[in-house]
Amino acid sequence: MSADSSTPAHGTAAASVPDFAGLAVGDVVAERSFTLTRDSLVRYAGASGDFNPIHYRDDVALSVGLDGVLAHGMLTMGLAVQPVLDWLGDPSLVDDYQVRFTRPVFVDAETGALVEVTARVGQLDAAAGTARIDLTATGNAQTVLGKAQVRVHSPAAATPSASA
Amino acid sequence: MNPDLQGRVFEKTAPYLVGREKIREFSAAVFSQSPLNFDVEAAVAAGYPDLVAPPTFGVVIQERTLAQLLADPAAGIDFSRVVHGDQRFTSTRPIVAGDELTATLTVASVKQLGGHSMVTSESSIVDATGAHVVTAISTLVVRGDE
Repeated sequence: MSADSSTPAHGTAAASVPDFAGLAVGDVVAERSFTLTRDSLVRYAGASGDFNPIHYRDDVALSVGLDGVLAHGMLTMGLAVQPVLDWLGDPSLVDDYQVRFTRPVFVDAETGALVEVTARVGQLDAAAGTARIDLTATGNAQTVLGKAQVRVHSPAAATPSASA
Repeated sequence: MNPDLQGRVFEKTAPYLVGREKIREFSAAVFSQSPLNFDVEAAVAAGYPDLVAPPTFGVVIQERTLAQLLADPAAGIDFSRVVHGDQRFTSTRPIVAGDELTATLTVASVKQLGGHSMVTSESSIVDATGAHVVTAISTLVVRGDE
């Protein structure tokens, strides 16, 4: 925790920003699990504008050779970065975010699907104030994202001349 | 699909006005817990002009550029065979409510792998002043006949 007492009371985002100097490669910085249901997929379809029926109709999914309705890859990508954002506090610290979609997340109509995300420090440049956070994401216990990397910078690197 | 597509630049999309409620909807859909995505006062207190969109929100604007690519008969892409291979967002700043965004898609590469085609597109998203906000890079895999 920060010993800095100069943070104004309303500066909640800044106050929660982690200290990169205390990080080491391999550290787990955040973890979170998500329960996806068919409702989650319909909600994402509406919010994103991606109405491909393989994300809500079993008959269509089966007709194109899938095992059933699957989550939008972009939904998995969108939620997988959330624990990193919770840890960082400020989304402007994210410079780059990439994933490969390696396996679909099938979402059962009754039981849904469990997506579990772990975020670890993959690379660290303490002097530059930058880090690469590597995400491990599983859907129903199988890896679903490859090369899932979030490049971030520390608040110090963002505002080097910030005055107290 | 057409290999000559590589290097092609599509027309700039019509301006997309980012609304608060759209950000709230999208944020809820990706399970955000950040007050910056929902609470204007929290966003302003953190130094933003308005609600902040999650890092993958750019897909909403990118989608409009991909629609141009997929609808182009010269591209020859069979949408029913398209699978999303990978995705990347390289950002200058987060998207915020009130942004008026336009996007321009460039076909970065077209590759053949086995019976499949892979097309990588880069959609550069800029604000009303023309300043870069985020580039959305996407590889679509077009499955061949099996």
